[in-house]
Amino acid sequence: MPILVRTEDPAFSRMLIGRYGGFVNECGSPVFELDTDVVSAGKASDDEDDLRVRLEGGCWILERGDFHAECDFKRRRGRIRLAATPWAIDAVLRILHSLLLAQQGGLLVHAASAVRNGSAFLFAGISGAGKTTISRLAPADATLLTDEISYVRDGLAWGTPFSGELAEPGANTQAPLRAIYLLSKGPENRIEPVSAAEAVRVLLECILFFAHDGELVGKVFDSACELAARVPVRRLFFVPDARVWDLVC
Amino acid sequence: MLSRLYIAHASDIAARMLGGEMMIMSPRDSTLFTLNETASAIWQAADGATPLEEIVERHICAAFDVEPDAALRDARDLVEQLASHGVLLISEAPIP
Repeated sequence: MPILVRTEDPAFSRMLIGRYGGFVNECGSPVFELDTDVVSAGKASDDEDDLRVRLEGGCWILERGDFHAECDFKRRRGRIRLAATPWAIDAVLRILHSLLLAQQGGLLVHAASAVRNGSAFLFAGISGAGKTTISRLAPADATLLTDEISYVRDGLAWGTPFSGELAEPGANTQAPLRAIYLLSKGPENRIEPVSAAEAVRVLLECILFFAHDGELVGKVFDSACELAARVPVRRLFFVPDARVWDLVC
Repeated sequence: MLSRLYIAHASDIAARMLGGEMMIMSPRDSTLFTLNETASAIWQAADGATPLEEIVERHICAAFDVEPDAALRDARDLVEQLASHGVLLISEAPIP
């Protein structure tokens, strides 16, 4: 879902190109257009606890110390005032994508993901679960989609520019999602089955969603249930050892 | 003597039965509830017309080895908790 970001600030424009250049969609018409006002001042923040997302008079308001965005989903246009940092624009784009995706049955998930032999695999977990570690252990024939935020829609996993500790954007590609692994560090590499309810419970903990809106909450819940019903979900215990990838199939 | 309670699902909740467990998400605060077998039985019988006492008698006491007063106490705690998160409506009169 292409989002058009407009800026008149050359330095900010260069930062956008450097950060998201691999994900430019030249031919698609944007699903949303954002005008930006870059300000030098602003409280630096990447703390999600400080984030407020609310629907006000038909407009989504996204606020944090380092940005304020007003997004009109009917007109598909928005305006952001933000600090010229990668964290501010990254956060706005993640939230905007999570809202747009939720309406269409898609999800942004705290998960690393990779493509191997034509199939995508998701490794979901909250901070510290090992998303970057499993990404670093990936074999040479795996294509990393992200080590931090995975994009799931229509049975496919897509690469994202949203990175974690690897600090590298994922590959701009997609593949059918074959399995989801819930990451847990353990004394050995092993896979355990999880119940349908447990799969949904953990997936919901990992889904990026910030808006307390009844309709969208219901859609995200339904999408998580459908994802868990459609794709096998297993618990993956692992040690920092590349052989863990022998279990991924 | 405690008054009769009637219970009904809130209109905009997200709920689904998965592998024998009822999962309910509050639209108000995104709290996720996973109900066990007895709580699921109460949830499924919450039609707004049947008093909670009768639900407990019919669906809990008749099916599980449980003392009626304790079952009703637990049921009241459950429905009050669910109501506080906006997923269940409670009323002393039938809920249309």
